[in-house]
Amino acid sequence: MNTLRKLGFRAYSFIVHLGRMAVFLGAIALNTVRPPWRLRRFAGELFDVGVLSLAIVCLSGATVGAVLGLQGYTTLTRFGAENSLGAVVGLSLVRELGPVLTALLVTGRAGSAMAAEIASMVTTEQLDGLRMMSIDPIHFVVTPKALAMLVAMPMLNALFIGFALFGGYLVGVQLLGVDGGTYVTSMENAITLEDDVAGTLLKSVIFGALVGLIATYRGYTSEASSSGVSAATTGTVVTGSVAILLFDYVITALWGV
Amino acid sequence: MQPSPVRDLVLGLFVAAGLGAIAYLSIQVGGVSYTGDGGLVLYATFDEIGGLKARAPVAIAGVTVGQVRSVELDELLRARVEMEVDAALELPIDSSAGIRTQGLLGDQFIAVDPGGEIDMLASGDEFEYTESALSIERLIGRFVQDSGVDSE
Repeated sequence: MNTLRKLGFRAYSFIVHLGRMAVFLGAIALNTVRPPWRLRRFAGELFDVGVLSLAIVCLSGATVGAVLGLQGYTTLTRFGAENSLGAVVGLSLVRELGPVLTALLVTGRAGSAMAAEIASMVTTEQLDGLRMMSIDPIHFVVTPKALAMLVAMPMLNALFIGFALFGGYLVGVQLLGVDGGTYVTSMENAITLEDDVAGTLLKSVIFGALVGLIATYRGYTSEASSSGVSAATTGTVVTGSVAILLFDYVITALWGV
Repeated sequence: MQPSPVRDLVLGLFVAAGLGAIAYLSIQVGGVSYTGDGGLVLYATFDEIGGLKARAPVAIAGVTVGQVRSVELDELLRARVEMEVDAALELPIDSSAGIRTQGLLGDQFIAVDPGGEIDMLASGDEFEYTESALSIERLIGRFVQDSGVDSE
């Protein structure tokens, strides 16, 4: 009976959180268009999300591309189809791996930091201090962070794919001896602008909004204690990762990208 | 947050790199390899095009010189292929276009065999001689049918 009660409470609080998140999203959207625009704060957050995630995103991209080239080559060569290596590497990166892996990396690197920062501001009553000065913390703290995530994600995604294509080229052409022209041509013929590239941008924009929302929400609603900070950080990474993978399936099923 | 010129510079570099990567993906990887307008537009009509699709390459002697723009059915229920090739290309009017396959499992493309006439094809012209895609199913079917007739 007690377990049942707990389960029911879990389900109930999940629905409540969903509702609060929707209200929170509405507040962020409203504060985005409300002057004054905090451009300098936005630039600072963009630096934290974008520039500081750059190293891990580029390095992971090159590694993932190299592995894809290696794996794709050993599989394709069994069918004598290693000339399609460029198409295999390019399509899987642009359609699927680029946006998803970038979003997961950024969640771990920048999303967790974002949640921890807001949660510690809650703990040290800085948000209450802002409210006392009649500054809306959602306008001053939350909105620039969420927007920075939304803007940075497509750029990081494109950089990830660029480095991964380079890594795949390095392994496929320089190491394994696939003809360079064939590799690039099969890749460029397989990838279309309106289907694949538009799809990857759509995915990364949605993931950016999702991670930005979850990270700021978990930080903003955290308990005012040190365990609250750690719960917000962990929760952001766990919820964010699961949400990214779920939404990835939904977007792919809906729009076929 | 204090204004800092160095941070702004790095941020600007990041934004430029990000937008550059998006542009690279859209134009170089996703876009057309032969720039939109200004190319020589040619038409060819085939009985059977197999798996030929838009963006398939057009090649002369194995060198890619253009790509297929669109494939549609004409009023005589034949496949009409619109292709765009390099504007600087001078093709005699008796050149022929055929649909070939790259390797055994490769994609289909249009191979152009230049003719010997003095007059050249202009934009909007149609290939007089075409060679349809080779359908392995049809070949096998014909072979089976023929051998059946022989044994009777």
